[in-house]
Amino acid sequence: MRKQLAAGPYLIWMIGFTVIPLILIVYYGLTDTTGAFTLNNIMAIAEPQRMAALIRSLQLSLICTVICLFLAYPLAMILKNLSRGGKSGLMIFIFILPMWMNFLLRTMAWQVILSRNGLLNTFLNSIGLPSVNLINTNAAIVFGMVYNYLPFMVLPLYNVLVKISNDTIEAAHDLGASWLQTFFRVILPLSVPGIISGITMVFVPALTTFVISDILGGGLILLIGNVIEQEFTFTANWHLGSGLSLILMIFILFSMFLIAKYDKEGNGTAF
Amino acid sequence: MQEPLIRLQDVSKSFDGDIVLDELNLEIKENEFVTLLGPSGCGKTTTLRIIGGFTKPDAGHVYFDGKDITNLPPNKRQLNTVFQKYALFPHMNIEENIAFGLNIKRKSKEYIRDKVRYALKLVNLDGYETREVTSLSGGQQQRIAIARAIVNEPRVLLLDEPLGALDLKLRQDMQYELIRLKNELGITFIYVTHDQEEALTMSDRIVVMNQGYIQQMGTPENIYNEPENAFVADFIGDSNIIDGLMIEDRLVQICGVKIPCVDSGFGCNKPVDVVIRPEDVELSTDTSKGFLTGRVTSLIFKGVHYEMEVIAGGFEWLVQSTLCYPVDSEVGISVKPENIQIMNKPESADEKAVTPDA
Repeated sequence: MRKQLAAGPYLIWMIGFTVIPLILIVYYGLTDTTGAFTLNNIMAIAEPQRMAALIRSLQLSLICTVICLFLAYPLAMILKNLSRGGKSGLMIFIFILPMWMNFLLRTMAWQVILSRNGLLNTFLNSIGLPSVNLINTNAAIVFGMVYNYLPFMVLPLYNVLVKISNDTIEAAHDLGASWLQTFFRVILPLSVPGIISGITMVFVPALTTFVISDILGGGLILLIGNVIEQEFTFTANWHLGSGLSLILMIFILFSMFLIAKYDKEGNGTAF
Repeated sequence: MQEPLIRLQDVSKSFDGDIVLDELNLEIKENEFVTLLGPSGCGKTTTLRIIGGFTKPDAGHVYFDGKDITNLPPNKRQLNTVFQKYALFPHMNIEENIAFGLNIKRKSKEYIRDKVRYALKLVNLDGYETREVTSLSGGQQQRIAIARAIVNEPRVLLLDEPLGALDLKLRQDMQYELIRLKNELGITFIYVTHDQEEALTMSDRIVVMNQGYIQQMGTPENIYNEPENAFVADFIGDSNIIDGLMIEDRLVQICGVKIPCVDSGFGCNKPVDVVIRPEDVELSTDTSKGFLTGRVTSLIFKGVHYEMEVIAGGFEWLVQSTLCYPVDSEVGISVKPENIQIMNKPESADEKAVTPDA
């Protein structure tokens, strides 16, 4: 009984800030301005420009997730090895440090670095290399995404890797496995839960972002997040914005379903 | 003379400036059950890890069957390890765990299936192939770890306190299991433990270590009955270690009384350590019978025997006897001459740790 009472505040929080907003979005998404039921808000995704934005969002967030995974895994392994000597604390601290700064500020810093006459090009020119045109391209957006979301991949990976006992790894060596065999047969399968939560924590925010594309895409490259944002802010069409949000939600749920299913079937041994 | 299977030559190792092993020399013969015994931090686990290839010595060589394997990685060595905390692979079932080494060696499916069945039979867990690791008890997990190691037909099995995490009854059962396994497999066992009883029960030969040095090597009987120094005497079983004075050959003085013993060659009027096992101290209610008279200060029933503390001659004697002498009773103490062990006193604190044959 007491336990149930303790859950009360959280229940109120969840109802007030998760359940009700969700119901409102579903309501707005499925009605028109008169309040009548319609599927037009959802069908509106078929419009070529919106469809292009959705596909671009999926592409860029997928690329970002893959890059993050390949950058984060070796890093998490290094952190795990450092943690055996008790030296990982400072490294992790350095990695989390940027997260304490404002998200907008960090992204705008990249704008300064990548812009036509920015730090990067100044540096390249000074060593005799031609300028690169990065700002307002897909590459710049992926850059910003990877920079901002990398810690969300590193931390879950690190958390599963430190839990793999050193004895387990030594046992694999002892039984004749080389370093590579140990990695693919023992370490990688045991880190699947971390890979999955890392992918989820990077892919979902990358898919829905509109700030990064706004700042590093210069408003020229629209992601689905930008399209939805504009419906709420510029055209003030909450019904259309909600309808498109529902589409995005379906994609997120679908991708999480796929990942969960893969994890269950593979149970690590798929590697 | 038979060439030793494993030979450690002048092996030294230090961690962060702390010397763990100092020029250790050790030879292990084929088909021997050798136990490395000592308190924690004595270097026994480091020795095992150097043999297993998990730790590289700072200096010295490891020879296996005459070949120098000092720099050979663990996966290339013909030996397998059983870890203290089992270290089974949690993402595999029992069969996959045991088959791990054989899969790496790309053995045929039929071969692996037969081998796994044979190994499970050997550790008395037939039919456990498809069980999950987490569904097994600690004792069962340790048996699987042993099966996983022996299925690779190693010439040497290294065991790092494999029974440390099990309860007393299970530990005793497993001791007999290990002896049986060793006899059936006919391979060399190198066993690390801090439990002297375990070492005495199972070993062909015990290597007592302290502070990175070998204190004594020998059969269990030899180590127990003829400890070479006070450390070994104290570590292997309980002991009364008393300051004594060697008056002459076969006569020693303790607690102000001269008593006969069987040791000689220590010289005259030389300070020595006198070691007497608690079960060798004989008490009697007739105080005129012993060479010392004392008073019982505590009495504990231990099952097989009573354990008493007796104050006599300014020393607190530990006594084990099947007879009961109540607290505060006056008793006479006597010891048969052949049960008195005389040892040279270490000349300095350092020498306490020095190997006796160095």
